[in-house]
Amino acid sequence: MGSQVILKRPTFWIILLATLAFALVPALTGNLELRENLLLGAVYIILASNLNLMIGYTAYVNFGNIAFFGLGGYIGLYVVNVLGWSLWPACLIAGVVVSLLAFILGTGILRLRGAYFALATIGVNEAVKAFVTNFEPFGGASGMYLSFSSFNALGGARHALWLAYFAIVVLMGLSLWLSLAIKNSRFGLGLFAIREDEDAAMVLGVRTPRYKSLVYAISAFIPAVAGTLFFFKNGVILPDQAFDLTLSIEAIVMLMLGGQGTVIGVALGAFAYEQLRGFLLVSSTFSQFQLVVAGVLLLLIVLFLPEGFMGWVYRHLPRLRRVIE
Amino acid sequence: MYKMFAGVLLALGVILPGMALAQKTITIGFTTSETGKLNADAAPQLRGFELWRDQVNADGGIKAGGTQYKVALKHYDDQSSAGRVQQLYTRLILQDNADFLFSPYSSGLTSTAAVVSEQFGKIMITTGAAEGKTYKLGNRYLFQMYTPADEYLTSALQAIKSKDPNAKIALVYSNDGFSKGAADGAAKAAKSMGLNVVLTESYAPNTTDFGPVINKIVSSGANVLIGGGHYADGSTLARQLYDKKSNLEFISLLVAPDIPKFASLGKAARGVTVPSQWEPTVAYKPDFGPTPEQFREMFQKKYNTLPGYHAAGGYAAGLVLQHAIEQAGSIKTPAVAKALNAMDATTAYGHIKFADGKQDHGLQVGHDMVLAQWQKGDDGKLHSKVVWPKSAANAKLVFPLTTYHQ
Amino acid sequence: MIFDLTASVINGVLVGAIYGLAAIGLTLIFGVMNVINLMHGATIALGMFSLYLLTTAVGLNPYLAIVPVLLGGFVFGVLVYWIAVHRVIGSSDLMTLLATFAVNMIIIGVGTAVWTTSPYNVDVSVPQLAISMHGYTIPGTQIVAAVLAVILATLLYGLLYHTRLGKAIRAVANNRAAAELMGINTRWVLAISFGIGIAVAAGAGVLIATLFPFTILSGANYELKSFVVVVLGGLGDPAGAMLGGIVLGLIEGVTAPFVNVSWTPVIEFTLFVIILVLFPAGLLAFKWGRK
Repeated sequence: MGSQVILKRPTFWIILLATLAFALVPALTGNLELRENLLLGAVYIILASNLNLMIGYTAYVNFGNIAFFGLGGYIGLYVVNVLGWSLWPACLIAGVVVSLLAFILGTGILRLRGAYFALATIGVNEAVKAFVTNFEPFGGASGMYLSFSSFNALGGARHALWLAYFAIVVLMGLSLWLSLAIKNSRFGLGLFAIREDEDAAMVLGVRTPRYKSLVYAISAFIPAVAGTLFFFKNGVILPDQAFDLTLSIEAIVMLMLGGQGTVIGVALGAFAYEQLRGFLLVSSTFSQFQLVVAGVLLLLIVLFLPEGFMGWVYRHLPRLRRVIE
Repeated sequence: MYKMFAGVLLALGVILPGMALAQKTITIGFTTSETGKLNADAAPQLRGFELWRDQVNADGGIKAGGTQYKVALKHYDDQSSAGRVQQLYTRLILQDNADFLFSPYSSGLTSTAAVVSEQFGKIMITTGAAEGKTYKLGNRYLFQMYTPADEYLTSALQAIKSKDPNAKIALVYSNDGFSKGAADGAAKAAKSMGLNVVLTESYAPNTTDFGPVINKIVSSGANVLIGGGHYADGSTLARQLYDKKSNLEFISLLVAPDIPKFASLGKAARGVTVPSQWEPTVAYKPDFGPTPEQFREMFQKKYNTLPGYHAAGGYAAGLVLQHAIEQAGSIKTPAVAKALNAMDATTAYGHIKFADGKQDHGLQVGHDMVLAQWQKGDDGKLHSKVVWPKSAANAKLVFPLTTYHQ
Repeated sequence: MIFDLTASVINGVLVGAIYGLAAIGLTLIFGVMNVINLMHGATIALGMFSLYLLTTAVGLNPYLAIVPVLLGGFVFGVLVYWIAVHRVIGSSDLMTLLATFAVNMIIIGVGTAVWTTSPYNVDVSVPQLAISMHGYTIPGTQIVAAVLAVILATLLYGLLYHTRLGKAIRAVANNRAAAELMGINTRWVLAISFGIGIAVAAGAGVLIATLFPFTILSGANYELKSFVVVVLGGLGDPAGAMLGGIVLGLIEGVTAPFVNVSWTPVIEFTLFVIILVLFPAGLLAFKWGRK
């Protein structure tokens, strides 16, 4: 899609404004607590909106999306910690390597459909996690610890954490822009055709295997880079933290909450989910039962609002469909 | 006359601290695992913190300079996962204005929290975090209560050496950060003691069927097993070692046998030893705070169960912080940190001294571990007894075990 | 070496039979209604804790406890079906996954509040059945549990292949619309199938709990193993699941003498993905030709 066309889209401006707000509000107010809250929100938006390319656009349920994030974190931290390179090339290397791996893997497992594919991705996540747990160059079960001095190259911990935050916010903006751009491209149309009826799409001339592998690889890139930044900021990476299957499933919940297949809806869903879990966690009434409350809410949404928040909005205000994508 | 005098004194005692000393509150922030897989380990630690807080406040608070500080604990659930730890610690520092921090349970979560505590320059007393790596990254304000992981199995090896220098040792451990640290330390120690390790095997932390592992142990001809991991895998391993008659004469497992519930394994628990940071029966003479016996009674009165070392570590973390504040006469971080760096004292929990080098600041170097063994008492029930080192022991080590034979 | 391997093979078959039973619950639900049941693990854990309650509070014999657990599991399964699953049957895969995952969260949340995540143990032993050879011992509990697993599986096959209800279930699995046209009340058949699937999973939980200590989170591990088992045996095929379970048990046992056991999950899940890609109908279907 040409750059002029995208500038005419209100959604583009919404994304730009949201990204700027994420970056500027904590920076101008110097509110670190807000930054930490928004950081997790941004990471969730990155995970959910890239996953949306697979689930919402192509109707392939990927449970292993967190493997991209975790593996990206490992590769990035390896480059920083062991090879001693700086953070930015590490991010790039992590993104490229993980995308390539995803492409190769995708050509295999994307031959499977529906539940079979979903199961395969669970297997991939567990296999990668088990492998990393035994893989000594990555520290094996002990993981990798970043020395506090690693932050010095970026001007000390305080400065480095701000940089990591800004970079993650940029990635968030890029993820949303990517969702929007793909949605309005020929490539996106191909994906939607696969979503509606893969066999018909093939008959109509969509090269479905290539499309699927490509979108799988694309959906791996930004999460992998975000993984490097997140675990860099975290200061330590351990197999359990990096390949948490629950987070994979939570990402699916987020995109359902907002409305799968939408751009802004998914972001809203991720942000709302993060805020909700955060609230339940710190509220003294719910902290004992936060898992139960979250479960009940999810069930209610699945049963009574399956098209998600945006679906509900579109149903009541159909005109918004063109404005907020 | 005396009675009246006493009454006046008592009244003064109630009123005076409030008048003479300004009353303030210090907040100690931390996350704990109310849900998720670390919950079983984190819960007693939280009880330790809370018992300490209640006692301090009942005694009027911590006195520092001219001020008396009541203690408030502020904590959130970290769900046993590192995802929100930094967010929550930032919240504790900025929103809840925590003056000091305790660590979450587990080494992984603690090193994640340490990035934040170091960034803000807050003192964090770490407990339930034995892995030593965190302290070797150039920190300034971490202070570790636990003996580091790589020394966990040393006491077990010493016991083995004294009973059977030719023992064939199987080192079987869970493949997670803490257990691997302990096993690596044990492998080194065994080598330097001239002990014979015939099998080194790690298993996935969520293993439930230990059949294949136990077959390997039997094949190796080992008569001694050290290793293990956490609660779930450790108790599962112990049960199957017994069910499968593994012919072992000595078993020492990390963490799992330390909780009172381990006794519910029945015959499989009997004779199993555990390296322990602390046991209710130790006989330390404290420089400050209650004696081990007093602590045990207070804990039992409040929670109706015996304290394990997670609880004692939590309690002692509070005690050590309190002592440092009182020594410093201030709640300012540099002064309290100085007092902690200089600390070299014995508590109900044992000896406490923190390393003060640039490369290992905060690492616990004073505290010794003991070895406890589940033994059948005169009442026919199982009791955990301290059997090593001999100076701290209140029972003799049962060696060799015979219940694990066919 | 030879005894080592023999012991590993026997252990693998015995444990595998229980993996197989657990997986039958998962694969039955998938076969009949095309739902991947993400509350499978939580159900197994509920079975484990039911055994704990029935033996400690009621004082029931651990093996007899299977009967009330199966019945309770069935009722619970039917209830969950009507509350959480029925509305989303027939919509996308995603919806049913999320509905069952939500129930999973609720069960784990309540379970953690009630029992914490610390391990529980039910003390069972059947020493008179234990077999020993050259230092290796197969405990009696393991033999009883495996035999019971096979009996339960056989009863289930009997139900599926030799009763009217079983016929109806298979008809619905084959083609729901056609079954509806033939006058089968498919809604109830789905509910009953879900109930049976849950009951079998809970029953497997009981058997596991007689062997190993457990926590409320233990089920997750068996859920992953069940995924591997159903893929080995053919997704949606209860007959293949028992064999798939035994194959998995054998893989775990037989690889152990040759590699460090912490690599077992790597082997397991890599194999899982490869088999799924190459033989989506299951390894056994591949062996015996397409059905």
